[in-house]
This record gives sequence, C-alpha cells and structure tokens, in this order.
Amino acid sequence: MSFSISLTVNGERRTVELDDPRATLLDLLRERLHLTGSKKGCDRGQCGACTVLVDGRRINACLALALSHDGADVLTIEGVAAGPDLHPVQAAFIAHDGFQCGFCTPGQIMSAIGLIREGQAGDDPERVREGMSGNLCRCGAYRGITEAVLEAQKRLAEADRRNAA
Amino acid sequence: MKAFDYVRPRTVAEAIAAAAEPGSAYLAAGTNLLDLMKGGMARPDRVVDITRLPDLDRIERLPDGGFRIGALVRNADLAHDREFASAFPAVAEALLSGASAQLRNAATVGGNLLQRTRCGYFYDPASACNKRNPGAGCDARGGENRLHAVLGWSESCIATHPSDFCVPLVALDATVEIDGRAGRREIALEQLHRLPGNTPELETTLEPGDLIVAIRLSGEAAAFSRHARYLKLRERTSYAFAVVSAAAALDIDGGRIRQARLALGGVAPKPWRARAAEAVLAGSVPDEAVFRRAAEAALADARPSGDNAFKIELAKRIAARTLALAAAGTPEQLPALPASPFSSAPGAHHAA
Repeated sequence: MSFSISLTVNGERRTVELDDPRATLLDLLRERLHLTGSKKGCDRGQCGACTVLVDGRRINACLALALSHDGADVLTIEGVAAGPDLHPVQAAFIAHDGFQCGFCTPGQIMSAIGLIREGQAGDDPERVREGMSGNLCRCGAYRGITEAVLEAQKRLAEADRRNAA
Repeated sequence: MKAFDYVRPRTVAEAIAAAAEPGSAYLAAGTNLLDLMKGGMARPDRVVDITRLPDLDRIERLPDGGFRIGALVRNADLAHDREFASAFPAVAEALLSGASAQLRNAATVGGNLLQRTRCGYFYDPASACNKRNPGAGCDARGGENRLHAVLGWSESCIATHPSDFCVPLVALDATVEIDGRAGRREIALEQLHRLPGNTPELETTLEPGDLIVAIRLSGEAAAFSRHARYLKLRERTSYAFAVVSAAAALDIDGGRIRQARLALGGVAPKPWRARAAEAVLAGSVPDEAVFRRAAEAALADARPSGDNAFKIELAKRIAARTLALAAAGTPEQLPALPASPFSSAPGAHHAA
C-alpha cells in the first residue's frame, strides 16, 4: 500500500509518495528530500541531532512518524538563512565557537531557534542550559553554545524592537 | 522495525473499532512507541494514528476550579498554561522536569500515562523479560538493578514506572476518562496501573480498544496550590529519568496541616501514593520531625529488589525534603532547574 503526503518544507510545498509507513520524518527529510542537514545520531530521541521545527515547535524528527505529519510545516537547518545572510543563531554559533566537529550543530541551532521562540529562558544561562539539555555535544562545546544562544536571543529581541518601532 | 499497517481514524468510534483488533497500537506523538518499535520491544501489526481525532487537545477549566485536559494536549503546552500551572504547580514542575524540550513539545498527556518502563532488560530483546515475553524470566533480578523498584515489585518483575507527570497526578486524585467498546467510563488514575504480580505483561486495567480521552483534576485538588512541590533526583542535572522523586501537597491552615498528599516516583511499578504518610501528616504542625515520620511511613513496606537498598533511605530523604519545600510555599516562579535538588548558585535555596 502506498501513501501520499504533502508537507511544507522550508517554505516549499512538497508531495512525497511513501510505499512503507515505517518512514520517520527524519528519514523523509534525509532520504527522500535529500535535506541531510538534520542528522541521524542516536535515532532514538536521546541526542537531539535530528531537531527540526514542526509547525513552529522543535521536536525530534527521528521519533515522528512521517505519515502522521501529513500537512505539517517543517523548518530545517537548510531553511533558516536568508540567502547569503546567516540566521542570527548560526552567526552566533560561529562567533562563540559553539561547535567543534559540527555533527550536532544543525540540531543545536534548530533547538536554539525553538528555545528562543518559546520565550521561557530569558537571559538566564541556567535556563538556557536546561532548555538545551535535549541536544548532546560530544565535543563538549556547551559553554560556547550557551553564550551563542544568549547572544542570538538578545540580537533577535533587538531586531524585534526595531521592527516594532 | 517490523512492518505494520497504518490507519488514521477520523472519529473516536472508528479509532476504538480499529484498535480493538488484536495486534493494534494507538499512536499519538510516538515519542515512546516509535522508540519501542525501533528496538523490537513493541511489534504492532497495525498502528492507529489518533493525532487527528477532534476535541482531544483542549485544556478546559471546570466550574469547580479544576481542569479537564484532553489526552492529546502536549506536555509543554500543559506545563506552560498559566492558569493550569497556578492551580497545579507541582504538576507543571513535574512535566518540566521530564525528558527534553523537544520531547515535551511532542509528547501527549495520554501517552505519558501509558509510557513503558525504561528497565534496561525490557529494552534489550536479547535479555529475559517477563513483561516482554511472559514466562521468560527476569534478567534484572541478577543483573544491574540499582535503579529498580523497592515497592510493589514481585519475583517476576522489578521494573519501575518512569513517569514524572503521574506522580503529582496520583497524589492529587486525578481521574482518567476512558472511551471504549462498552462506552465512556472513568477511573481514578491510581486504578489505571497494575502491580506486576505474576502477570507483569498486564500493565494497566485498560481493555482492548480502550482510549484515554482526558484526565481531570478537581477544584478540591487545586486547594493545595500554595504548598505543592515536585522534587526529582537524577543521575545528571537534566534530561534523565528519576532515581527517586516525590510530589507533596499540603493544605496548611492556622499553622497546622489540614490535609496532605504525597506520592513517590521511580520506586515502584506504578506511581506510588503514600496514604500512610498522609495520615501521619494530617493535623500535625509542619516541621522536620513530622516530615521524617511521614517519610518513614511512606517507605515502611519497602524492600530492596537487588543492589538498590540505598533507594529506600534516599526516597525517605527526598520525601521529607519535598514536604519541607511544599511547607515553605510554592515559589512565584519555577526554578531554573525544575524539580532539581541542586542549585547552580552555591549555598542558595534551589527555589530561591
């Protein structure tokens, strides 16, 4: 039996035929749409490398059944920059050495974008660390990651204030 | 992962009919089920996707001040619902101490109640497990079992129930609304999970096809909101299951405890209500001595199931400390590390 699902991925409408319901959203992104920025680390919801935004919320794409997300709006790391301009969270990760090998970085950045949208952490490093605890970094770049998230959050808030003025 | 058929019913009645067939499993967010299916611990022939069922994603305030929470409400949405969190702060704190932000954004209320144990032997298809394969034996008994149950366990199973959310819920007498082939019914959450006995494969009192549609907390339970806490000891600061946890809620009037609620997590095959401790507390002046006596009563029947005797004293200390935190008062703002006994500021009270 084959299933057809439609998703909006990084602003673009995509229709995918699935011949097996076992595909996760992560499999669909990587294997069918060739968006390999979202990483398959543990594939069990423990490492966060597969983090994407679905309908504006960060989730683990490895524990989401693709079929169950028919109609969803998905944002992956490939969709966050505006042309040549990096997303403020991407720029902050570079400025603060928020990575070493880079494998976890797409998930870290998508999780950070989700965290900032959730608006629960404020400028408290402890709350940022707690809010980012679903993303593991084996290189141990946590200090830079926390600094990057705090700075990106500040910049995004400033930009929001400018836009509102 | 074993192959399965996928169905997406449009109504609750369709869902119940589909799930009543042998080999069926309900799928909500899938944060636990897909993990179990990938590991071969769950092998459904048919997955019944309930995420599109209408009206199950609402948080409703009831006329008595209680709440009715649809089974598909996401953990994060419930924890961050201001009205809910101010009525039931220990429930919000428990939710925010569980899993990671990504998982809380996906995981549902109903799914949380029905999540499976994280016993390593249950999770390893190469190990003997009576829960996964009735009659096979239990490799946890002679294995790595320092985190296993000290209450309610049996010779056939020593696994613990991993939920944080269920601990304050069972303390506050939450009700579970179930729809099934025989129609609507409701039970106390305390009656949902079964003790293992000789049948550890039977984890709940649900019948085939039964669907949890909502849980309810009464306005009476909201009376504890000024003195309600959840405390959870983990082996790392965040994103870990409880070694031991406790939910405490006190109704204090005129310097005395009018009534108390206490439940424990991480120590038993189900969220563990400690009624003997509540009886010790009722009518007492809240102080360290009575909290310790209550904790002793809560663990009076505890016995180690392996290398885990330490959990008995640990649970007593966590219970007494949670009662002390509840007596001190619910904090205005949730701590940066919800439910954590640790603070990043040396010397600071963790809720300061």
